[in-house]
Order: sequence, then structure tokens, then C-alpha cells
Amino acid sequence: MSTAPAIELKGISKAFGAVQANKDISIRVMPGTIHGIIGENGAGKSTLMSILYGFYKADKGDIYISGQKTAIPDSQAAIAAGIGMVFQHFKLVQNFTVLENVILGAEDGALLAPSLRKARKELTALAAEYELNVNPDALIEEIGVGMQQRVEILKALYRQADILILDEPTGVLTPAEADQLFRILHRLKDEGKTIILITHKLREIMEATDTVSVMRRGEMTATVKTSETSPEHLAELMVGRKVLLRVDKTPAQPGEKVLEVENLRVVDAAGVERVKGISLEVRAGEILGIAGVAGNGQSELLEVLGGMENGTGTIRVNGKELDLTGKFSDARSRRKRGIAHVPEDRQREGLIMDFKAWENTAFGYDDDDAYRAGLLMDNAAIREDAQGKIERFDVRPANSELEAKSFSGGNQQKIVLAREIERDPDLLLIGQPTRGVDIGAIEFIHQQIVALRDKGKAILLVSVELEEILSLSDRIAVIFDGKLMGERLPAETDEKELGLMMAGMTGKDS
Amino acid sequence: MDYLTLLQILDSALRLATPLLFACLAGLFSERAGIFDIGLEGKMLMAAFFSAATAYSTGSVWLGLLAGIAGSMVLSGIHGLASITFRGNQLISGVAINFLASGLTVLIGLSWFKLGGQTPSLSGDARFQGIDLPFAEAAMSVPLIGPLYAEVLSGHTLLVYVALLCVPATWYILYRTRFGLRLRAVGENPAAVDTAGISVVGLRYAAVAICGVLCGLAGAYLATGLGASFVKEMTAGRGYIALAALIFAKWRPWYALSATLLFGLLEAVSNRYPSLDLGFITLPSQFMQALPYILTVVILAGFVGKATPPRAGGQPYVKER
Amino acid sequence: MEQLPKWADLIVVPLVGLILAFILSMLMVLATGHDPLDALKLMVSGALGSTYGWGYTLYYATNFIFTGLAVAVAFHASLFNIGGEGQAALGGLGVALVCLFIPWPHWTIALLAATAAAGIFGALWALIPAYLQAKRGSHIVITTIMFNFIAASLLNYVLVNQLRPKGAMDPATAKFPKPSHLPSLGEILNSVGIPFAKGTPANVTLLVALAACVFVYYLIWRTRLGYQLRAFGKSQPAAVYAGINPVKITIITMMISGALAGLMAINNVMGEAERLILGSVEGAGFIGIAVALMGRSHPIGILFSALLFGALYQGGAELGLWTSIPRELVIVIQALVILFTGALDNMVRLMVAKVLVRPKRAEA
Repeated sequence: MSTAPAIELKGISKAFGAVQANKDISIRVMPGTIHGIIGENGAGKSTLMSILYGFYKADKGDIYISGQKTAIPDSQAAIAAGIGMVFQHFKLVQNFTVLENVILGAEDGALLAPSLRKARKELTALAAEYELNVNPDALIEEIGVGMQQRVEILKALYRQADILILDEPTGVLTPAEADQLFRILHRLKDEGKTIILITHKLREIMEATDTVSVMRRGEMTATVKTSETSPEHLAELMVGRKVLLRVDKTPAQPGEKVLEVENLRVVDAAGVERVKGISLEVRAGEILGIAGVAGNGQSELLEVLGGMENGTGTIRVNGKELDLTGKFSDARSRRKRGIAHVPEDRQREGLIMDFKAWENTAFGYDDDDAYRAGLLMDNAAIREDAQGKIERFDVRPANSELEAKSFSGGNQQKIVLAREIERDPDLLLIGQPTRGVDIGAIEFIHQQIVALRDKGKAILLVSVELEEILSLSDRIAVIFDGKLMGERLPAETDEKELGLMMAGMTGKDS
Repeated sequence: MDYLTLLQILDSALRLATPLLFACLAGLFSERAGIFDIGLEGKMLMAAFFSAATAYSTGSVWLGLLAGIAGSMVLSGIHGLASITFRGNQLISGVAINFLASGLTVLIGLSWFKLGGQTPSLSGDARFQGIDLPFAEAAMSVPLIGPLYAEVLSGHTLLVYVALLCVPATWYILYRTRFGLRLRAVGENPAAVDTAGISVVGLRYAAVAICGVLCGLAGAYLATGLGASFVKEMTAGRGYIALAALIFAKWRPWYALSATLLFGLLEAVSNRYPSLDLGFITLPSQFMQALPYILTVVILAGFVGKATPPRAGGQPYVKER
Repeated sequence: MEQLPKWADLIVVPLVGLILAFILSMLMVLATGHDPLDALKLMVSGALGSTYGWGYTLYYATNFIFTGLAVAVAFHASLFNIGGEGQAALGGLGVALVCLFIPWPHWTIALLAATAAAGIFGALWALIPAYLQAKRGSHIVITTIMFNFIAASLLNYVLVNQLRPKGAMDPATAKFPKPSHLPSLGEILNSVGIPFAKGTPANVTLLVALAACVFVYYLIWRTRLGYQLRAFGKSQPAAVYAGINPVKITIITMMISGALAGLMAINNVMGEAERLILGSVEGAGFIGIAVALMGRSHPIGILFSALLFGALYQGGAELGLWTSIPRELVIVIQALVILFTGALDNMVRLMVAKVLVRPKRAEA
């Protein structure tokens, strides 16, 4: 008999209301391996792992740990079964020290002092064993995200986890930090730990895993040895058909300068400088793509341009300067200057989820004279306008009386796009246009963006998806640590070069 | 103002600060665990009534104390049910609890004692008696310090000393024990506690229960230590002053002691001098009464040291993913 | 949690909460040795059985419409204005100043001036907490509570030390001059031939309250300001994205809310007492919370729940007069209504969902 799998799931199913998040999922992960689970957003990866960590109870199915059937009703049971989880959003107490975070829930007695002493010793040992150095007395709020992730891994190891689950661990990391993480993971694997890596990035799967399972719409579509597959094959399994890697578009015909940014600086509420002197320009009829790892200042760049945040420096639109700090620095004034903005987070910013679709189509433009009847708002006019937008942008279901929250991610994005694009702006700011959007809608959204460009409008695109940047942009600028690392033409660069630049390594000509 | 008057004011300040201190620490436990509690007032009132009523009926102040704590705990239970189990609005729950106490105490009191909502006066064993600290008599002869010891510190009821001891005890529990670590964590980031395999619900209920006990002590002291009967609405806003003190203290135990002593002193001064002549200006008593609230607003406004409440305060915990 | 149909959420849930509150209160009446049915009968007949009862019920309801609307407007912007008590007290001060020191030729003009004064004073009392919330992030619930106490002290000072007539003992202003007295509902109805008890406090302010309901409806659902304050209430980052100024919206919403609370004073100070006395608000500011919760922050709901609470208050007073059940029973009912329609809303919703949703699934 060969050894039992470290984890085996048999026939796991889980439904949330009418949505079947996991359908009859079975999977075997052998000890001492790195197993990847890949799938699009909403494919059910996180639900599956939450079941394994005791956050949700499966409707059907069994979990076997090292061959033993194990019930995992809560996180306590998962920890006892030797499972450790590193969540995408870290579960750390910001104003506690590293040490306090590590012992929380794994204390040795009612008094803290002995636990802290023991943990300090243990941490030193773990640091030596796995190259996981952190200062045990640092406050979480004072260390960077890479360090915080280490604390999460240390938390799991301190609880003697044999199985480590990492959920989208590189989303907030630079490529260099990600590489370091993968070195640590390999080290852990060599020590006999079993690792499950959840991601939607093909590159990571290819580089780090031994075996990989693909999920699509709640189902496990395949489990293969990584060495016996290719990214193209995995991509196909993920989406169920051949993906269009390139968007059909003609070469850009750049016209006049629409947007000019000079030496823009942004300081956030905590006093940290997020944008450190950025200069760029976008011409009519072209798409400038900003590539970068999340958290490097691209959000703040968009927010200043969109009037959601203050900044210093000079921004000109159609040759006229914008107010960056004063009375006319708000989003409404920006719209009056012909700037439309599709924000990065449509559910938190772009839409009021409890408002009906028709109310949302006036959001930000509620001062439009067409929507006014004397002192009141002309709700009939807004409704009529909304119905047209919904039909032209193929929003489904085509019912403007539904609340925004009852549409799918892709259809919500279409509502935002319809509202912003149909204002016929000179400049469109668009952040993460296809985050959480289903494949069918992605194509439609990309076509709309290109169509707007072809109408001679300037578009500033921010995305953390390199593929999206490469296929949509006419020029690409890479942002790192609040500064632009340089510009490339999509035809003359590739993911590798851009990836290096995103990690702060300067390209050839700058 | 002579020294003896000063001592009398300080003595009265300590007595008046005691219920505030209990209630403030009660709020501290609750809010540190992420449960806002504007129902301190109601819990105190409930405890004051049940302690006085039971003490009168049984003749034992100890049974009264227990009944007071029980009364306060019932309201704590309701607050827990609303804000922890059913994830309701903690502020609205607090408002409801304050009204519930204010109505119930009169309703029950009237049918129990038929005295228009009051309890009969307590005497003898139905009240907490003053305790003379050792050597208080002898210390009087020592200049300055002696009278301070004998007049201000000595001669209070047991609960005053219990309240003072609660301060280091709270500090120790909060910062030196496993329970305290978890309690602080659950008020800052309940998800961290949950994923560490600890019950958020359990911890929060524990905090709310401690809050109930301390409010019970506060109310019992009001009716059976400071006063000698229950009177309609006898808390008279003390629960809110305690809340103010908690913000003033930035949710820390030792600061809570200073804040409640300060507010107690203000009350003692305004009792003694209805209008305070400072030479250049005469402060009306109403100003002195409003001062704790004004000071709290100033602190809240962040002009004098920013008070940052526990990060997860006021939000029900909903498990994500 | 199960999604309830909208009608159930808006009507069934608050009604079930109300019924629960009543059942519990009546059990308490039973426990104190009284017959709950008798008590209930006395309350209903005392409040609604005669035009005399209606005269009081409508008077109380008028107060509660104002304070309920005040809480509701703030709720729509996700602001919890617990300071209605203080704002109404300050509104009273405004009314008193206008009525005492300006000789008005006719009550209609006096009413207009008093309305403006009550609104402005109430709004200004809400301004500082609003500003501190918007600019300094001070929690509005705490600051408005503090401002209730500060208002009480301020009124105490003004009434005792400034406005009290020479030789008078109680902390109150002098009686307002005759031309500023408002016609009572009885006088108005009698003049058009409808018999109505004359000595009751319900007065022409009731019409102002009804107008306020209409005003709030249009404000919230039909104006840009309403659109913006609702959007702000749902999501602050989205409001910033749309160019809605959070500081401005917070301050304007709170000032409208404070003004509505302040308006209560034309009913109780000008219409009823005809002078300003200490503690004139009598908790109506807090009842506004129950009214707004019960009425689901909608003017029509508020109108009905204000009537209900008005009847409760009048019924409770009758109870206190004729039986040994104190009128504080009403406070208990009020507390339970706040509890069940506010804090334990999710529990009630779950109960309703169990009854409503399950049979449907069985059919499917």
C-alpha cells in the first residue's frame, strides 16, 4: 500500500440558496506536495477551502485527513486536524505585536507571560528552519504586507500545521516577494508539509505546483500533473473554451493630447506618500494601460484624476488645468470637465447596491438638467433613459426596477459602463474593468472600450491583469512604488519584461 | 477654602466617583470586546432597584447585591442576544434597555411597595456600612497626610474599595491574561479570533456578562451604599457620564480611574458650591453639571488627544468566506 | 438569511414586533396582579373612545410625528440622531424667545415666526455634533447624547437665571401673550360644526406635522438632496465617487433632522403650555426613535406609528389615573417596541420568514 493522501475530499457539495457553489467535488492531495487549485473568480475555490477550514459546512460529502475520515465543524477542528490557512485578507490584529498574533488562540495557559516566552523561542527556531525572519515585537500595523503574510504562515506553523492552504497569496505581493514566498513554500514542502495553493494565475501554478486541479462553475473539471500540462491547456479547462488572448483592434490613431499629468504626488490619510511624482499623457484615440501590482499607487492615481482624492502637481485636461485640492477638486467637477470614471471597486464605489438599476444610471449625474423637473428629480425621465442604456449594453435581466445587487458582476459592470460611456466623455478612467466579471461579459466590455477609443476618446486603463493590459493598451506604463518605471509598446514587450519592471527593476532604456 | 472643606469635597468626590468607576469599567469590558453599550444607565438603574428592593425585603444587603447583579445581568443578556446572536444595532439595543429599566423599575416597584415607585428606606444590615481603615483614628494626628487618610480614604463602604481594586484587576486581566488578549483581539479584529479557532460569540457574551456584573455593582452601590433606598430614575444620567469617562479614558483602565475621579470631583464641587465664584467669573451650577459632557465632546472632537475606539466596535461579526 | 418579500419586510415585520411588545407588556401587567384585558380596554377607550381622548392622542401624536421624522431623515443618511430631546428643547427656547419678546398681531404670523425659530434653533443644536462627525469623526451618537445633557443644563440656566419672571418659583417663562396662542383642534372643528372636546391640547400644529410628512416624503424620494443623502447613507465611498460631499451632506441632513425635532416645540410649547417650562420635551425626542423604527423611516409609517404612540401615551395616562398601573407601563411598551422593531429586528424577521417562506418552498 502506498501512503494515504494528506487530504482527500469525496463528493463535496455546497449550495448558497439557488447558487451551487461546489458540485460533487473530489480531490486527493498527497503528503509533501504542492497542489494548485486554479479557476476563475467565482469558480468555487474559496468556498471549497472554507469548507476544509470549518467556515462552512458542506451539504454533502466527506473529508479524509491522512486516510482518517474527519469532521471539520469549525476552525478549531481544522487546526486540530493540522490544517493551517493563510487567507487572502490577513486575519491579524493590527495593534498587536507579531508575537501576540502568533499565540492568539494557541496560548498555553491562562496567563500570557509563559506563552509569550515559549512562542519567542519557537519563533526563533522556525525562523532558522524555514527562513521566516520577522521581528517578534513589531506591531502588525507597522510592517509591510509581505511580512504580514509571513506572520500568517508562522501562525499556522506554530500550531503545528502539516497542511497549509494559501488563498491567492500573491495578490498583494510584488513578483520578487512572490518568488520569495515560493522559495519558502518549497522549503516547507521539503520538510514534508503539504501545501494547497489557490490562485487564478497560471504562471504561479506552472512554477510552483506538483499537481493541479481546475475548477469551473463549482465543478472540478480536471486534476493533472503540472509537468504534463501547459498553460494553454489549463486556460481552456478553466473557461471551457478557447480564450481570446488578443482583442481585435486596429492600430491607434492618436490625436491631440487630452490628459497631461506632471509630477503628481498623493499623500494618503495616514500620511504615506502613495504617488511619488508621476508624469504621463494620454492622447485622443489611444489607450494608455497602467500595469502594476496592486497597492503601488495606481488606485490613488485614478482617484485623484476622478476627483475622489487630493493631490499636488499639475493635471491638464484638453489643455486646461484641473483643481487638485480646492472647491472644484470633487468628482462632480471632474465630470463637468468631460472625465468619466469606471472605478476599480464597482460594488463599493461605482454602484449603490441597494438602489434600483435605474437610480444607479443617474449616479453621479443626478444634477443633469435632463433629470430635473422643477425642484424635483424627473424619475420618469431617468427610468426611460435607464431602459435604453440597459438594452444597448445588453444588461441581463433587462429590468431597470431590480436592485443593483441582484445583477451578476458582469451585468453590474455593464450598468456602470453604460452610464459612463454614454456620457460621451473626452477621457475615460477605467480601473480593473473585468475584475469578477464572467468570460462572456469580458469580451463585450473590452469591445466597448476599444469602440470608445475608435471614436477618438482618450482612455486611461488600470489593471492588475497583465494579460488585459497587453491586449487592450496602445501604450503601457508600469507603476511601482508610486513611480512610473517606464513605458513600452505592447508589440515590443512581453509579460516577462513587464513583470520585472513591476518588481521595481528598471527596463532597458530608463 | 480651608483644608477640612477640601478633604470633605475629596471624600465626597471619591464616593460619587465609585458608581461611575464601576460603570466605566463595565463599559470598558464590553467595548473592548467590540460591543458598544449605551445601556449602562439602564443596567445600573435595574440593579439599583433590585438591590434595594431585595435588601429591604430580606434585610440582607448581600442578597440585595446579588439580586442587583442578577437584574443587571438579565438586561446584559438581552443586549447580548440583540447585538451578538441576532446581529442587531447595538446602539438601538442600548436605547431600548435604558427605557426598559426606566419603565420596569417603576412598574414593579409600585406593585411591590406601593410607594410611588420608590422602595422604603434601608437601614442596618440592609445597607453597606462604612469601614474604618486601620489606624484611621491614630493617623489624624499626623499633619496633612493623616487627615487625608482618615477623612478621604477611610470610612467608605466596602464597594468603594472593591471599585478601586477593580482598576488594577481590570488592567491585569486585560494585559496579562489569555482572556484579556482574546478580548482585546475580538474588539479589534473578530475574524482573527475566529480563524484562530476561538468562539467570537462566546468571548463577546463573556464580556457582556462582566459588563453586567460591574453595572450591577454600580447600581447596588447607588441604592445601598451611597443612598439608602431606590428612588425613581436615581441613576440620573450617571450611565452616560460613565460612557463619557470611558471615552475620556481612551478605553484604558488606569485612565478610567482618573476620568471618573475627575467627574466625581466635578459633581462634588457643584454639590458644595451651587455657583462657583472664581473671582473674575461666577460659574453657575448648571455649567458644572454640564462640564463632563462638554469635556467629552472636546475629547471626541480630537482637539485634545485623539480617542480611537476599538476598531471592530459597534459592528456585528459576520463570518466571511 | 431568507429574503422576505418587500411588503412583509415593511409591514408584517414591524407589526409582529409590535404584537410581541404588547404580549410581553400585558404579561407584565398580569404579573403585577392586574387584568391585562381590562387595562387594554381602558387604554383604548381612554385614548380613542371620546373626542376628549382623541384630543390628547392627536396632541401626543403631533409631537411624535416631528421627532419620528427627525430620526428617520437621519437614518436615511445612516446617521443615528439620538439628540432629538435636546434639539426639541432648544426649539422650545426659540419659540419662547419669539413669542415673549415680539408682539405679534395674529396667531398665523406668530406661528410662521415660531416655526422658523423652532426649526433654526433645533437645526443649530444639531450643527455642532454634525460638524464634529463630518470633520473630526466624532461618533454622532455619543455627541448627540452629550448635547442632550448640555441642552438640559443650558435650559435650566436660562429658565432659572434669565427668563423666569420676578417672584415666580418654578423654572419657567411667563405666559406667552394672547395673540400668539394657537387655536386648538376643538376650536377649529367646532367652528365648522364638527363637535370636538374643547379643553384638549391638540391644536393647529397637527396640520404643520402633516405638512412635514409630505415635505419629508418629497425630500427623501423626489429631490436631488434626498437622492444624495440616501446614496451617502448606503455607501460613503460611492458618495465620494459620485461627487457627493460627505461633510456637506452630513451637516445638511443633521440640520434638517434637528429642525424637524425642534418643530415639535410649536406643538408643546406654543400650542399647549403657552410658556416654556423645564423638561417640556418629556422624552418625546427618544420616542421618535421608536416611531421611526416602527414606521420603517417612511412618512406614512411614521404617521401611523406616531398615532399609535400618541394613543399609547394618552391610554397610559388614563391608566395611571384610574388604576394602580402606572403610566410608566407605556415606557416599557415603548422599550419593547424599540427592542423588537429595532435591535431584535433580525429575530422577528427570522420568525416571519419561517412562517412565510417555508410553505412556499414546499409547494415548489
